[in-house]
Amino acid sequence: MHGSTEVVAGHALEHHFADMGQQRAAATLGMWVFLITEVLFFGGMITAYLVYRVAFYDAWKVGSEHMEFWKGTINTVLLLCSSFTMVLAVWASQVGKKNLLVLFLCITMLFGIGFEAVKGVEYYNHFREGSVPGQFWHLDIEGADVPHVQLFFVIYFVITGFHALHLAIGIGILGVLAFQAWKGKFTPYYNNPIEITGLYWHFVDIVWIFLYPLLYLISRKHT
Amino acid sequence: MATVAAPAVERENYLNTDYGIRSWLLTVDHKRIAILYLISITFMFFIGGFFATMIRLELLTPAGDLMSSDTYNKMFTMHGVTMVWWFLIPSIPAVLGNFLVPLMVGAKDMAFPKINLASWYLFMISAGLLLYVMLTGGIDTGWTFYVPFSTSYSNSHVIAAGVAVFINGFSTIFTGLNFVVTIHRMRAPGMTWSRLPLFLWSNYANAVIMLLATPVLAIVLVLVALERAFGIGFFTPQLGGDPLLFQHLFWFYSHPAVYIMILPSMGVVSEVVSTFCRKRIFGYAFVALASIAIAVLGFLVWAHHMFVSGMSAYAAMVFSLLSYCVAVPSAIKVFNWTSTMYKGSISMATPMLYAMGFIGLFTMGGLTGLFVAALGVDVHVTDTYFIVAHFHYILVGGAVMGYMAGIHFWWPKITGRMYSEVWGKIAAGVIFIGFNLTFFPQFVLGYLGMPRRYHAYPPEFQVLNTLSTAGASILAVGYLLPLLYLLFSLKYGEVATDNPWGATGLEWRTTSPPPTANFEESPVVTWEAYDYSSIPEVPVAR
Repeated sequence: MHGSTEVVAGHALEHHFADMGQQRAAATLGMWVFLITEVLFFGGMITAYLVYRVAFYDAWKVGSEHMEFWKGTINTVLLLCSSFTMVLAVWASQVGKKNLLVLFLCITMLFGIGFEAVKGVEYYNHFREGSVPGQFWHLDIEGADVPHVQLFFVIYFVITGFHALHLAIGIGILGVLAFQAWKGKFTPYYNNPIEITGLYWHFVDIVWIFLYPLLYLISRKHT
Repeated sequence: MATVAAPAVERENYLNTDYGIRSWLLTVDHKRIAILYLISITFMFFIGGFFATMIRLELLTPAGDLMSSDTYNKMFTMHGVTMVWWFLIPSIPAVLGNFLVPLMVGAKDMAFPKINLASWYLFMISAGLLLYVMLTGGIDTGWTFYVPFSTSYSNSHVIAAGVAVFINGFSTIFTGLNFVVTIHRMRAPGMTWSRLPLFLWSNYANAVIMLLATPVLAIVLVLVALERAFGIGFFTPQLGGDPLLFQHLFWFYSHPAVYIMILPSMGVVSEVVSTFCRKRIFGYAFVALASIAIAVLGFLVWAHHMFVSGMSAYAAMVFSLLSYCVAVPSAIKVFNWTSTMYKGSISMATPMLYAMGFIGLFTMGGLTGLFVAALGVDVHVTDTYFIVAHFHYILVGGAVMGYMAGIHFWWPKITGRMYSEVWGKIAAGVIFIGFNLTFFPQFVLGYLGMPRRYHAYPPEFQVLNTLSTAGASILAVGYLLPLLYLLFSLKYGEVATDNPWGATGLEWRTTSPPPTANFEESPVVTWEAYDYSSIPEVPVAR
């Protein structure tokens, strides 16, 4: 059926698939299915955030005012740019431009690392400010509902922490892919890993697209 | 035609290609991974059975004299945790599903063989962690990890057990991922959706539940562990959290998890009933779609576990009504199996005995499920032995019976040997009698008001409890028998033909045991599911 593909791809076809088309379709569907489980994973946390926001709105407002709006916005821009370069990387792999592929993968990684760096600074500021729940908590909020403000920060750290962890895993995978691409592993006939990593990367971005308004935009004081 | 004597030179199959330990531990063959899982979960089943034995021994007498109440708490917790996550959930999917899904769709392997192997390793890591928890003092929260007890008050290994369940969840997700992709993308030419064996339909629906529910369990366990480790308040009321949110998130996983345990058994029963009645299953499309309906509706009923936890009367009414709805597809399946048997050419082989046991016991479990879906009755029987009996009828009378039916049905295919039919029938009878004697008295006990999870009880309940404990010892014998005669058959059993039951699935159209690549040449399907005229005439050992 896809005889020509098999000859060109050679070693890239795994033993249990009939042809490259089936292998590609399986890998893509597998990543989509995995991402659906991720939706539920983050969905559980976002549900908790929204339920508590309705229940303890005043505390949520106090918590939201301690978010660093500009750092969150910069991070949103960084991730959107990274998604764009990721798309370019997938394109480069499809048309077989090896050097461009390596370049775009590296740029995507750099955007991701930039995001993590800004996030790290934010975490550090929260730590200094005393808004890390638990024993380091010493946030000075007169008259506020302290337990529920702490709850806001618990969810904030858990949810952004898991997001940052997902991004770090993505950066690691991109590093491996960039190395393999440099070694010439990917061709227009075999670029599954690039494509499904792209799906993963976009998913991590989209999670942030939900977190950014929830954490940084709504419930803020209007100045 | 098939010969009776074993061939002089054994045909190459997945078992005799390589005997080295590395060839097992590093295998990517779905059939070998299924064997690895079979050994692992059988071990865990007997661990969970040990705790059940301790529970029943304690309840033999009204006084709490065998163990302290704390120890008893640990016994029922570890019984529940082990049986739910390390036996029932992986049982049919990870053993029979792993073995059969690629064979039934006519593929060489799962879509992702390495992920499949990783799934087993995750399972083993989680099992090791759970054994560590057991050996160093156990856990006493109940299998539900309810807050705030689990986060603030329990002095047992909650975090380690939570991590074990978390890792175990990933092994479940990997299995489900493989099933969905394999069934979508790896079907042989001609194997359309309407020709899929019903075992695949129910395992497909089951995989969808695994994929959608398990991540929610993962996040809720992470939050419990964080709360316990760092003293931050997510669910604890005095720190600002809401324990009801825990219950909602937990049951959003754990109610669908009940269907994770029962749906694969329904798939086995469909295969077995059709084969041993030698009839196409009655209402194929309805049985197939009922699996999907159960998967969908199963996600909409979780709060019926919380009728006494505090929720609005209107929410309770909606969840009660939806819980009734989920009985409809289950009933469709039961009616269709019995309709298949009507005027069928029934042979009472061991798998069929188990399948008929399933149909009867599952019906009782399902009907008592309707009792507890009713708001008024539920308030009366919540946290009593009525609930314990109800879910054991589903999970032991249903899920385990289905698993036993499947193990016996596909044993000739998996091992290439026939087990002793006489012993098989005896064991099936012993299990059926032992099961009913164990759990039927618990319905009565619960209705009379005996609460669950206490190690002592008023003396007037002793007769029923003694009956239950006596039944449990019969049940234990029933479960040990197959262990013995199945192992015995590996060496001394009659050599199995390729299709000893005269069944129609693709797995019966290759050799027993199958070669590593499953089929001599890739199959092309030109017949409908359960078309008994499509198989060549073979001597049938039924």
